[in-house]
Amino acid sequence: MVPSGAVEGVLPGTAEGVPPAEADDLELYHPKSWVTKYVFSQDAKVIAIQYAGTALAIGFVALVLSWLMRLQLGFPGVFAFIDAATYYQFITMHGMIMVIYLLTALFLGGFGNYLIPLMIGARDMVFPYVNMLSYWVYLLAVLVLVASFFMPGGPTGAGWTLYPPQAILSGTPGGQEWGIILMLVSLILFIIGFTMGGLNYVVTVLQARTRGMTLMRMPLTVWGIFTATVLALLAFPALFVGAVMLLFDRVLNTSFFMPALVEMGQRLNYDGGSPILFQHLFWFFGHPEVYIVALPAFGIVSDLISTHARRNIFGYRMMVWAIVAIGALSFIVWAHHMYVSGMHPWFGFFFATTTLIIAIPTAIKVYNWILTLWRGDIHLTIPMLFAIAFIVTFVNGGLTGLFLGNAVVDVPLSDTMFVVAHFHMVMGVAPIFVIFGAIYHWYPKITGRMLDETMGKIHFWITFIGAYAIFFPMHYVGLMGVPRRYYELGETVSNLHSSDALNAFITVAALTVGAAQILFLFNLFWSLSRGRQVGGNPWRATTLEWQTPETPPRHGNWGKELPVVYRWAYDYNVPGADQDFVPQNQPTITRAA
Amino acid sequence: MAVALILVLIVAGSVLFHLLSPWWWTPIASNWGYIDDTITITFWITGIVFAAVVLFMAYCIYRFRHQPGRRAVYEPESRKLEWWLTIVTGLGVAAMLAPGLFVWHQFIAVPKDATEFEVVGQQWLWNFRLPGKDGRLGAVDTRHVSADNPLGLDPDDPNAHDDLVIEGGDLHLEIGKPVKLLLRSIDVLHDFYVPEFRAKMDMVPGMVTYVWFTPIRTGTFEIFCAELCGVGHADMRGRVVVDTEQNYQAWLREQKTFRHMSARAGARIDASEDAGKESKTE
Ligand code: HEM
Ligand SMILES: [Cu+2]
Ligand SMILES: [Cu+2]
Repeated sequence: MVPSGAVEGVLPGTAEGVPPAEADDLELYHPKSWVTKYVFSQDAKVIAIQYAGTALAIGFVALVLSWLMRLQLGFPGVFAFIDAATYYQFITMHGMIMVIYLLTALFLGGFGNYLIPLMIGARDMVFPYVNMLSYWVYLLAVLVLVASFFMPGGPTGAGWTLYPPQAILSGTPGGQEWGIILMLVSLILFIIGFTMGGLNYVVTVLQARTRGMTLMRMPLTVWGIFTATVLALLAFPALFVGAVMLLFDRVLNTSFFMPALVEMGQRLNYDGGSPILFQHLFWFFGHPEVYIVALPAFGIVSDLISTHARRNIFGYRMMVWAIVAIGALSFIVWAHHMYVSGMHPWFGFFFATTTLIIAIPTAIKVYNWILTLWRGDIHLTIPMLFAIAFIVTFVNGGLTGLFLGNAVVDVPLSDTMFVVAHFHMVMGVAPIFVIFGAIYHWYPKITGRMLDETMGKIHFWITFIGAYAIFFPMHYVGLMGVPRRYYELGETVSNLHSSDALNAFITVAALTVGAAQILFLFNLFWSLSRGRQVGGNPWRATTLEWQTPETPPRHGNWGKELPVVYRWAYDYNVPGADQDFVPQNQPTITRAA
Repeated sequence: MAVALILVLIVAGSVLFHLLSPWWWTPIASNWGYIDDTITITFWITGIVFAAVVLFMAYCIYRFRHQPGRRAVYEPESRKLEWWLTIVTGLGVAAMLAPGLFVWHQFIAVPKDATEFEVVGQQWLWNFRLPGKDGRLGAVDTRHVSADNPLGLDPDDPNAHDDLVIEGGDLHLEIGKPVKLLLRSIDVLHDFYVPEFRAKMDMVPGMVTYVWFTPIRTGTFEIFCAELCGVGHADMRGRVVVDTEQNYQAWLREQKTFRHMSARAGARIDASEDAGKESKTE
């Protein structure tokens, strides 16, 4: 007998039979005008595109800032318009935009909104109105952030970590002007907006799965986004209170984070506060934030690899377990960012241990990705190429994390360019590769057309090789001892200037990679009307979003009836089946003739 | 296959760059050779894992690339393989963590015979303070900071009077003598970092942090501030000069005491009533 779904008893959620519906089908709000359909839309798919469009637009600003920073680092002194103050404003805005306003918003607001309802067989998010509000508050947060570029004093230059006391003092750009205030207000707005969306994603996953879609049949994309959202709901409050308290210190002269201090010979009216308290609050948010970005990427890349290697994801249960374990552990490792912060040194033992333990579930995920390739039928499509590039950069960046997580090894490397190289590899480049792969993968569902493949290939190779050429050598600049956030090395008795040639090389690579992104943007628009039309399931994938009656899916996603799920998401090349994939909503496997 | 080949080249290129490129850490000048050793162990373990993963992937891409008629093998999981991999990973992690924790313990445990010096950061320069003849550093408080008392020494504390205060100059250390640097800031976060010493620690206003090491070679080394402290962050440099005993003593004789500085500024710290009040109400 051909197994229905998978090997009986080995995999959970493959039992036969589908439970009866527990709730009536949802009655959706039906838009009556163009405005309610496309602008103030309550359709998660439209909201997803609004989120993604806004995130990519502001992300492009961060990209341009990175070129300016690289120009300064590669060719110091050549570009007169970049002085120390603007350099620090650039790194701050670049870092904050990339992490929060691009990656977090795109993975959760963009991919979360588009994919969760479709992949679990729901008509929409469970609270569509709140979902709409979430986007508009996010947009407001972005606008407030952008406004800081135009206020007197410019945006804040406090570094994306915003450490007090300097963040709110006059020695830092924007510290005593509008910059820091607008940054904190924007973060507060972002968190409010995110919370509205995040509660939606969680409740939708828990309550609105279609019949037969047990938790252990969900695609890993949904697991990743779901777990990341839970993390974000627990972690963002720490940043929220930190931001509010810092705002109070700045405008109301409270002293939450401000000890007695003398600034440029002036005794300030602060006393008794603790700068390290802010760092704990920041990193209690900031470390889970890494996984808020990474877990959706893990989930999505698992599905890309499985689909394009035509093979079931290897060790599905272990993969789910690893996502959940990483999510839980990510809350007890935060102080590995603080080994040299002056906190009690004994904490080092605890946090080094927890940090290195988290490497184990992470490594399991990597093994399972490559074991999925093993004995697969690998189609080197563009999503697959990006998935491979993700594994290379993620493994590279993950391994250098073992340097920085191991307290004593962190001592010489902390706050050097080694750290910059590490986190760009692991949470900059690697997740961005997944985003690219995901856009190439789902673009045909969103638009009905394929992105142009030739442009895609050029984009891929320049981006992959270029990004590696930027960030791999950068580790060695840090190993030599060049500190991060250095506007210039200037005159020095050290031998650090021997890194100059390398820095110039890195800058050239960065500008090349940047240029390739313009090609990608062009492709996004060009293919809207010129791309190859490919129908509803061009990749022959199993998951529900590819089984919709129309492509692009209409409001409400499914026709009259919700789909019913009979199997897990990874029935590729099931022995004896006539096709190399079996959609999740197909009741029985048709045998080869 | 182009993709597989490029992955192999990435591994080969990375390894060659690591081994052959001139960009490497600066020659060490402190006792923290252990830290370098731990980094070396970590490079080996992680380098092997990186090469293994990427090369295995290259092999898969070459061997299992799509060809007409190929079918993937359907195998949801393999308990045994997954456990093996978990255990091997655990061992690798332990091999890095154990020496790491061992050396961390040394890094934070200061030897009894270490001399205490103080480093004080402010936007954007370095100051230093050495205990005077009594061998003890006097009390300090940011509230005492003023133009003639830049480090905020307590004028009421007799131990403070003979402290040697070095404003913006170089710090000299004696070769082979362990030092414990007490780190303090009077305004924002800074970080004491000398690449050759491998040591680094934040300086936090409102508290005193520390770092210890033993200089093992003479020379002049640059202090970089390694915690963003405002627009002057990259300009905040200082110097540590490691001397032989003779040169060190010669340098020491030239340094000025707190009493001396205050007297020059016209304040009488011995009748410290007024001075204390003055700086408090300032
Ligand atoms: C080709 C793309 C990119 C280039 C060339 C680039 C370059 C840089 C440079 C030169 C710095 C400042 C280094 C310093 O002086 O300390 C920096 C900082 C930073 N970047 Fe990127 N970056 C890129 C992409 C990204 C991405 C995708 C992320 C998303 C995580 C990201 C996150 C950050 C963060 C968080 C900082 C730290 C800011 C700070 O120190 O406050 N970057 N980047
Ligand atoms: Cu500093
Ligand atoms: Cu600094």
